[in-house]
Amino acid sequence: MTTSHYQLKRVDLIFKNENDWKQILSRSLKRDQTDIVNSLISSELKGRGGAGFPTGLKWKLTAEQEADTRYIICNADEGEPGTFKDREILSQVPLKVLTAMAVCGYVIGATEGFIYLRGEYKFLEKPLNNAIKEFENYCNDIGFHFSIKIFMGSGAYICGEETALMESMEGHRGEPRNKPPYPTNNGYLGKPTVVNNVETLVHTYTIFKYGAKKFKDLGVQYSRGTKLFSISGDTPIPGIYELELGMSLQDFVDEFGDGDTKAVQVGGASGFLVPRKRFAETIIGYKGKLTGISLPTGGSMMLFNSSRSMFNVLNNYLDFFQEESCGQCTPCRVGCQQLLKGIHAVKRGEKHASYLKKLIKLSETMEYTAKCGLGQSVANSFSSIVENFWEEMVF
Amino acid sequence: MPKIKLAEKTINIVKEICAKYDNNEGELINVLHNVQAKLGYLPAEVQELIAKELNSSVAKVYGVVTFYSFFTMTPMGEFPISICMGTACYVRGAEQVLDEFKRQLKLEIGKTTEDGKFSISCLRCVGACGLAPVVMVGEKVYGRVSPQQVRKIIAEYQDGCPSS
Repeated sequence: MTTSHYQLKRVDLIFKNENDWKQILSRSLKRDQTDIVNSLISSELKGRGGAGFPTGLKWKLTAEQEADTRYIICNADEGEPGTFKDREILSQVPLKVLTAMAVCGYVIGATEGFIYLRGEYKFLEKPLNNAIKEFENYCNDIGFHFSIKIFMGSGAYICGEETALMESMEGHRGEPRNKPPYPTNNGYLGKPTVVNNVETLVHTYTIFKYGAKKFKDLGVQYSRGTKLFSISGDTPIPGIYELELGMSLQDFVDEFGDGDTKAVQVGGASGFLVPRKRFAETIIGYKGKLTGISLPTGGSMMLFNSSRSMFNVLNNYLDFFQEESCGQCTPCRVGCQQLLKGIHAVKRGEKHASYLKKLIKLSETMEYTAKCGLGQSVANSFSSIVENFWEEMVF
Repeated sequence: MPKIKLAEKTINIVKEICAKYDNNEGELINVLHNVQAKLGYLPAEVQELIAKELNSSVAKVYGVVTFYSFFTMTPMGEFPISICMGTACYVRGAEQVLDEFKRQLKLEIGKTTEDGKFSISCLRCVGACGLAPVVMVGEKVYGRVSPQQVRKIIAEYQDGCPSS
């Protein structure tokens, strides 16, 4: 087995605030739109919300769509358990996010942008609105017309899914739409829309500032640049860290673990659990032809030491999913309930341990048949926890 | 639930808010946020009125109200206590903290004390996992809460809002 001994590299690009947004904005607005898109594409920046869609391509597709109106939405509905990076970005460097939104507006031809702010982050609404006022004033001064509004979320995890988010903005229940059409063709109010994660937008700012090459020099093939990690659980140093992509989980645990780490949940409830024996072969980055297993992540890294019961962890995730399932499609609505009931039945001894295999099958069915990312990703945590901690599920 | 008759004042508040959003059905969620901020909750009668004002159906309004966890059809306490049940908090003992709150206040989740002071609810990750387990009272965040601290936290609010 090959292990990549990629050293853990801390970087400070996102929170470094040189208050140069005015220069970056004016400079970008003088550039040709295609030039900006091409530089984003060549930087190989991928969406930092977790799904990893190439950002440059998203902007390009939206710009190319015939339409009279287009929108840019900043997805700040940060709801994945264990993720708290966007909250920090919006508190510390909001003007970088706003600048990136405006440049996106310039590139795709949108004059209106929205920030979909998680309901739990209500306390950010006022400071953000102040930042928006300052920003819009400057835009007016330089004769660039762009307005930004905040839309408050109302406490639904599913609204982080981009089509559910737009449903919610239109005043409906946050139930995901069928894809295609994708938001780049048919988004908010039926118009072509870019939906970008808060962190993705800040990375575009870095690229506007330093150029695509500097960004691309960071990270590894298929996973360029840096990423913010929200580190929690059994670690002596919880918090938010900006690290280069492509590190091995072993290096990560060596740095952040408490010496007794038995497993790490990468990517929150919808991510994967990696047990100790797989630390060395697991690489944190987007899927590609890297050696070993590569795991993408929205940035949540939760460490568990040997005092933690993985049954309780799984129980918590399933409880979360069945509560947050929007109820629209059957595989997810019923599947989540059955998985939760099932693991308890096995634990109580009412079902034989082999029943867990049936449940894994069920989660796989959900992966294929659920309408959106929520139902599809339940299998990730479910099978990775059950397969690796079988005994803890049964006894 | 017995039907309540809305006071003239309440009706006007709701109508005003709807008008502020041009009685536009697409602004339903903003309207609901505003109305709940004024009235504290969204009883069925208020939902009926909103539906009428926005030229929408009661089913649609009710569907939205019940979909989002921020909207409530029962009044919350003056000091709503929310215990985070996100994974980081859960594995670090949020359930024991929740049980202690329930025991001390003799209260179930989603209910309000008789004097209207406290209500208990569970949250799904407030984005403060580094401080797990986390409890919020109103907008104030308490980090690394142990069951032993519960009595002290409640006491802070017994005689009104704490100064800090």
